Amino acid sequence: MKNLITKMSTQAFVIMVTIILFIIMYAAGCVVYADKNFTNIQVFFNLFISNAGLIIISASMTMVMISGGIDISVGSQVALVCMMMCDLVMNKHVPTAAAIAICIVYGIVYGIYAGVMVAYLNIQPFIVGLSGMFFARGMTAVINTGMLSIADKTFDVLAKTKIMIPIDFLAKVNKRGMKIYPNLYPSVIIAFLVLVIMFVMLKYTKFGRAIYAIGGNEQSALLMGLNVKKTKFLVYLLDGAIVALGSVVYCMNTCGGFVAQAQGLEMDAIAAAVIGGTSLMGGVGNVFGTLLGVMTKATIEALVSFQGSLSSWWAKIIIATLLAFFIILQSIITRIKAKARD
Amino acid sequence: MKEILTMRHIDKNFPGVRALSNVDFTLREGEIHALMGENGAGKSTLIKVLTGVEEFESGDIRVDGIEGPVINRSPEEAQKNGISTVYQEVNLCPNLTVAENLYIGRQPRTAFGTIDWKTINENAKKVLTDLDIDVDVTKNVEDCSVAIQQMIAIARAVDISAKILILDEPTSSLDDNEVEKLFTLMRKLQSKGMGIIFVTHFLEQVYEVCDKITVLRNGELVGEFTVEELPRVQLVAKMMGKDFDDLAEIKSAATETDNSHKEVLISAKQLGSRGAVHPFDVDIYKGDVIGLSGLLGSGRSELARTIYGIQNPDEGELFVKGKKVHIKQPIQAMKLGMGLLPEDRKDEGIIADLSVRENIIIALQAKRGVFRLISRKQQEEFADKYIDILQIKTAHRDTPIKQLSGGNQQKAILGRWLLTDPDFLVLDEPTRGIDVGTKTEIQKLVVKLADEGKTVVFISSEIEEMIRTCRRMIIMRDTYKVGELPEMEISKDNIMKAIAGGAEHE
Repeated sequence: MKNLITKMSTQAFVIMVTIILFIIMYAAGCVVYADKNFTNIQVFFNLFISNAGLIIISASMTMVMISGGIDISVGSQVALVCMMMCDLVMNKHVPTAAAIAICIVYGIVYGIYAGVMVAYLNIQPFIVGLSGMFFARGMTAVINTGMLSIADKTFDVLAKTKIMIPIDFLAKVNKRGMKIYPNLYPSVIIAFLVLVIMFVMLKYTKFGRAIYAIGGNEQSALLMGLNVKKTKFLVYLLDGAIVALGSVVYCMNTCGGFVAQAQGLEMDAIAAAVIGGTSLMGGVGNVFGTLLGVMTKATIEALVSFQGSLSSWWAKIIIATLLAFFIILQSIITRIKAKARD
Repeated sequence: MKEILTMRHIDKNFPGVRALSNVDFTLREGEIHALMGENGAGKSTLIKVLTGVEEFESGDIRVDGIEGPVINRSPEEAQKNGISTVYQEVNLCPNLTVAENLYIGRQPRTAFGTIDWKTINENAKKVLTDLDIDVDVTKNVEDCSVAIQQMIAIARAVDISAKILILDEPTSSLDDNEVEKLFTLMRKLQSKGMGIIFVTHFLEQVYEVCDKITVLRNGELVGEFTVEELPRVQLVAKMMGKDFDDLAEIKSAATETDNSHKEVLISAKQLGSRGAVHPFDVDIYKGDVIGLSGLLGSGRSELARTIYGIQNPDEGELFVKGKKVHIKQPIQAMKLGMGLLPEDRKDEGIIADLSVRENIIIALQAKRGVFRLISRKQQEEFADKYIDILQIKTAHRDTPIKQLSGGNQQKAILGRWLLTDPDFLVLDEPTRGIDVGTKTEIQKLVVKLADEGKTVVFISSEIEEMIRTCRRMIIMRDTYKVGELPEMEISKDNIMKAIAGGAEHE
């Protein structure tokens, strides 16, 4: 075991543990809730459908955390964007495409604000996020204190088009001998596109590598001639845009907006990143690891809901335990590695 | 040999201080050149001026192959002019691989404009193999030893076509084995014609690897010497600023001391802390005043801090009054009757925003624990008592300590430790940066404390001060305890000889 830890990178080890854990949990669900149809592949795909927005937002959170920062405003941003979407499309009769564009422009504007504050004015990301959090939540209530829903043709096409996955291996045959293929929504496709683009950006561009370098050691990055301020600024700008997009995707699943929406979602995103191997200290992380983190969280929620009698809050408690476990794991690995190095 | 770097008549002033005054420095092709000097000698300022971290007022810097004078405005610009620096704290990104650290910011790209990882790894491997550095380039830097990290930093500097390499205290955190590896690399670079400026305070290393030595003192050039023409003891004398021949006469009036009948208070057996101080033996007697002497970085503070538990010992044993103890934190040392006045008054001594009274009572309060609160009235009595005894000049006992002068702050911190009534008190540079009058008072106080049966360890860079106050000297060199001088033998030339070491062989 020790041998394995010293050979692998911390992140790879954490991801390996997460994968094992995920498989065990999912397999356990399939065995225990076989009668309740847990084994149906559609259940698995539903995890993606209901968490597409969170996947995008968590990926962005991963990027920010790699740079050594954090964005705790994302929960409130989701509420604001969902409210804006509903209000713009339903009350102001703005076309869906324009509404989405407005939301993303808002995200970029917020990203510029956060980027200037963190990168050029040296304010802690936590405080900047706090200001964004209060602003967005407050603004949501200013737009509308009630509950709005969105029902629009274009929006519904985006939100509810079922995309069949025509793979026989995954299909289920019903009583009449017809093949029922599992399906996905466009939101999942968007989420995966974002993941792939972010993965490539983080791994294969100078900008992406600069994010890792800054998160690893800002002073060194500076001395190695990297533009630390500009990179940090761009991270927050991009984060603003991606979170807005993620919020729109979130809205495709909920089709509604209200003031208390997505409360604590920032913590889900951070938890997903950490469970997926992202370091809270910065410099380490991977968006596909984070995807795994989101899926782990989603599986726990599914298991709790399949159980039936447990309060859904138990999912939170289990995730909390898991999070503590992963933080302790990271710290232990770091220690073992330090010992092995000396 | 061809001169690749010449610095002539460099002047640099800081507000109120002349940091460099008419300093010359010359580096030749294929030369390892030691830059030596004590605290405040100006060696780091000279390096900063050269690498563009600081500006300089006048003077001329020339680099071989570049027309006209060279003025670097930033480390990057210096790098472009062929001057690279590797610092003591390695400036690499620990979370990235060895290969990526070599190429970050200048990564080769593929036809699609994405980063070409294959080429990065191949090139890195080639660069490191050329320098005989054996390391897996896909490993994260954090998984490499400090020595390897240093070498990677050097390799990066070399690969960015550096002709002049500055190594700023690179060996401070390396063990002997690792130092040897680093030297091998330095010799390899030397044979390739690179000029290396080696800033260090380890005398042995200078004689092992360097060709030339430039000594600075108080911002002035003492001289440039070849290693052969400058024996160790001469080097120490030049750094400390006394011509060796002139010192012979001063000798303290001392009596033969016999320690055999004295009570042993603290005894360390092969106590050591990796990277800070090599294992040492020491017996400290009741009523002793021990001076810890050595050059900057010789481990003089670290020895005291290892006993006191700030620096955690990782080997050896420590006995206090005959009982074996494991001190992991200073509070344990305090409860055993120890006190330590730290060298860094601003960061480790005063608590700037608290009042003089609070600064004085805080150690006693910590020693007693939070549940046995010292009443306000008692606090005031204690504070007034030490303000009076030590003649601390303060408007009021409740004045914030940051408003006091350095000397008075130091007295208040002294009061803090005296209040805890320690049997064993370490004073690390208690007189640095304070006025002469207070210095004398502190020296008198040390002698008085010893007469009262307390034991004092006194650390100072000023030898005269140590000679005046200490009854025994422990000599440190290159983080080893290399000797002890009884009171009879305490004299400047003896101390310098001991610090220089190996002098008898010259």
